[in-house]
Amino acid sequence: MKIVEGHIAIEKPANVESWDVDPYSDEYLLNPVPNYRELRGRGDFVYIPRYSILATGHHRVVGEILARQDVFVSSRGTGINDYTVHENWRKPSIILEVDPPYHTRTRTAMMRTLTPNVVNGLKPLFQAEADKLVDAVVGKGSFDAIPDLAETFSVGVFPRAVGLKSVDRRKIIDYGILTFNASGPDNERTREWMRRGAETIPWMTESCKREALHPDGMGEAIYKQVDTGQITDEEAAMLVRAFLAAGMDATIAAVGIVLWSLATNPGEFAKLKSDPSLARAAFDEALRLNAPVHHFYRTCIADTEVSGVVIPENAKVMMSYASANLDPAKFDDPERYDITRKTPGMMTFGTGLHSCVGQMLARAEGEAVVAALARKVSRIELTGEPVWRPNNFVRSLISLPVAFS
Amino acid sequence: MPKVTFVSADGRETTLTAQNGQSVMQVAMVNGVEGIVAECGGSAMCATCHVYVDTPFVHLAAPASEIENEMLDCVASQRRPGSRLSCQIQMSDALDGLRVFLPETQQ
Ligand code: HEM
Ligand code: FES
Repeated sequence: MKIVEGHIAIEKPANVESWDVDPYSDEYLLNPVPNYRELRGRGDFVYIPRYSILATGHHRVVGEILARQDVFVSSRGTGINDYTVHENWRKPSIILEVDPPYHTRTRTAMMRTLTPNVVNGLKPLFQAEADKLVDAVVGKGSFDAIPDLAETFSVGVFPRAVGLKSVDRRKIIDYGILTFNASGPDNERTREWMRRGAETIPWMTESCKREALHPDGMGEAIYKQVDTGQITDEEAAMLVRAFLAAGMDATIAAVGIVLWSLATNPGEFAKLKSDPSLARAAFDEALRLNAPVHHFYRTCIADTEVSGVVIPENAKVMMSYASANLDPAKFDDPERYDITRKTPGMMTFGTGLHSCVGQMLARAEGEAVVAALARKVSRIELTGEPVWRPNNFVRSLISLPVAFS
Repeated sequence: MPKVTFVSADGRETTLTAQNGQSVMQVAMVNGVEGIVAECGGSAMCATCHVYVDTPFVHLAAPASEIENEMLDCVASQRRPGSRLSCQIQMSDALDGLRVFLPETQQ
């Protein structure tokens, strides 16, 4: 048994092309769209020799793999590592990286705290914060919309929704970045964030305790289910960790992406201004076009066949959600930003069993920011070059200089 | 292949042929039936694919999971005994002729 990047190496299936590419390289991640075209163009699957993985960027194929959770499991890791041969840097997530029937228990517990009713109750908080931040920058000249709007907004609302009594802005953001990078290969990025992230871990452990949480937040709503016997104390702490790890980085990325989309598509911004009820759709469409979480993995646990390709046991399959969203077989004129498009079916939040349990919350956050822009800003002007930061899992901007007038 | 009829809030009927295993939500979406939003794409997270299953069919569909049951408390139109999330009902020959009523609003 040969191990490559923390998982069992596989032979290239007969009728699959080999593509000698590094999907974690800066070149691939900084200008991903042509690479996604090539990924799809080379077939339903490609074999990537340097990592000994299979990859797919077709909407239909991604959907089929996600639907066949009996053979394509999450419990062996949703990143490139296989937990049967590689020990993870932390205890794997008890919701993302587990399979049914256990998964149903933790997902039900977490879902209960994130229902549309709960999220609707948070909307006034989100809107007030978005309005305040936008008011503060309109007509004030150039500013960097990533730290000063996307980050400040998310840090201002999300930890409050969870109920964290004390927030360390840098640590809560960095823990999320660490978690996502660490699901990739052992590259420079992973090593850098493991170093930087080390000091966030004790803070995170403390923040997941019941004493660290206000009684009216979503975190306490998790712990209440310990009182009723639905989950254990340890599970509750792990689920609060899942909240804090998954809830910040991708959301900051998402808010950055919609700001950038509106800044670079003045025609769509004009449409939004003439009909502010399109705010939610403008956010979803921005995330369709540039999915903040670009991929996830499943591990194949028995030889099987998917669209004519024999997938061997132990294969790690990279499902490019970002590419599936640009698949012309699913969306017409897929590379265009069109805020009136119907986006259901996009893979930005995954789909099915493991689909993002925070998606309604993320949408409510994004919608609040976009609605504030629609009402308060007449023009968004780019005042400098946007800077993207490649990450092993998340597509995000690190700088977006703009002026709102 | 089983058939399913959607009855809009103002009484218009659309009958469509489904594939076995397709969800009722998917049948509506691929055929452009109005009145279902399905924001989460079928993951039982958004409660915007709510339908009222016609009484004779209620017991023929597999019962709602615990998650679906909680989500049904979040629907925008009134919850009634036949209320279901259409993304959680899989079409099968047993459901041939299924009738579902669409609610006034989903959001
Ligand atoms: C725009 C922001 C977000 C994006 C793009 C995003 C993306 C995703 C994706 C693609 C998955 C599917 C994983 C898979 O297929 O294996 C997922 C799962 C998950 N997300 Fe999110 N997410 C976002 C925000 C959030 C927020 C705000 C929370 C917490 C409140 C959250 C918590 C989770 C959890 C716990 C899972 C695992 C669910 C399960 O395995 O059952 N996410 N997310
Ligand atoms: S489509 Fe979202 S709950 Fe059914």
